[in-house]
Amino acid sequence: MNVVIIDYGAGNTKSVQFALSRLGVEAQLSSDVERIKMADKVIFPGVGHAATAMSKLVETGIDHIIPSLHMPVLGICLGMQLMCEYSHEGDTQGLGIFKGKVQAFDSSLKVPQIGWNAISKLRSPLFKEVEEASYIYMVHSYYAPLSEQTIGVCEYGIPYSAALAHKNFYGTQFHPEKSSSVGAQILKNFLAL
Amino acid sequence: MLTKRIIPCLDIKDGRTVKGINFVGLRDAGDPVELAAKYAKSGADELVFLDISATEQKRKTLANLVLEVAAAIDIPFTVGGGISSVEDVDLLLKNGADKISINSSAVRRPELINELATTYGSQCVVVAIDAKQIDGIWKVHLVGGKQPTDINLLDWAEEVANRGAGEILFTSMDHDGTKQGFANQALAQMSNLVSIPIIASGGAGNTKHFFEAFTVGKADAALAASIFHYEEIAIPDLKKYLKEKQLPIRL
Repeated sequence: MNVVIIDYGAGNTKSVQFALSRLGVEAQLSSDVERIKMADKVIFPGVGHAATAMSKLVETGIDHIIPSLHMPVLGICLGMQLMCEYSHEGDTQGLGIFKGKVQAFDSSLKVPQIGWNAISKLRSPLFKEVEEASYIYMVHSYYAPLSEQTIGVCEYGIPYSAALAHKNFYGTQFHPEKSSSVGAQILKNFLAL
Repeated sequence: MLTKRIIPCLDIKDGRTVKGINFVGLRDAGDPVELAAKYAKSGADELVFLDISATEQKRKTLANLVLEVAAAIDIPFTVGGGISSVEDVDLLLKNGADKISINSSAVRRPELINELATTYGSQCVVVAIDAKQIDGIWKVHLVGGKQPTDINLLDWAEEVANRGAGEILFTSMDHDGTKQGFANQALAQMSNLVSIPIIASGGAGNTKHFFEAFTVGKADAALAASIFHYEEIAIPDLKKYLKEKQLPIRL
């Protein structure tokens, strides 16, 4: 299977690559548009600031490519947030694949949210054989609100989208590559889509 | 619900684990990768690697180790010890570290926190603070707690949070090694003052101490080394106990 992890200088790509390798898949890191288009599966990671990451996507022209892809695409953490319409972090225009505006957690909470939280209301093949209330690892200060595209819910002050899906596009706010055996199952499910 | 985290800390020297390791069934107790994998399997929520070596090859050895750890374990880990520049951090993050922790270098040049937060995001910047009380006032200490400064603990905690730290790892030198419990009063003051997560460190001796760090000390995570290494407390037992005490814990 030809899996490409989009490498645009704003993601913990190594960890994603290692997690796939533990599942027996040797993914390539690439920022090459043609390579991305040829992949069977595409993973779009991201950490850091939304505006910085988005400008890197624009520089490489990858911002135009992602919404046009037809194979299963998985955005992780900031990757998922950039696939939304808009992010309040740095007043950033997103790729518009998922509905909704990414917003900051309430200032009464400890931010960033760091640690293991439970996911529920799972409804997607992405969560095959994943039990309700399984723990996944989260690190973020902004969140995507609930919408009809929500396929998994987490709670931190309020309920929000732990995962989103639309057509061939999937996004997880959590890090499956860092979420122990639950995360490995989710990545396995993604590879099987 | 967000759970409270249990974090074993591994001291590393020249790419090897130091400090008494008492695990049964390890082929090589000095192998950080094997130990890390064992902790991950036993239910540790995160790991911290603290590099205490002082050799010229330190950077390269540590980077190689980070790469091996990232390949082997599927939970987050933080790397600290002598990190003083954006270049140091870049190398470690590229090799698969999730977070880095800075300590003395942040006190010497606080702008480093801003630089790292801007470049890589607050989520990967842990500021470690070592402190002890001098005449009843908590003062920040450097070089593993050996060198006192004039800086008040809470002032520094507030400053690092304002500069963009994502988390504070607070070690009480007064409590470290005593096994009498964490510095819960100072922890609670810090936790009320800043709005970023606090990791409690120093003083863990029994399971009740962890419960108190989370309840009285209002800590978000608790770190310990020797009690885990010597298996005085097994992580599954600790987490089960905390869960029975109604704390949010990942089992």
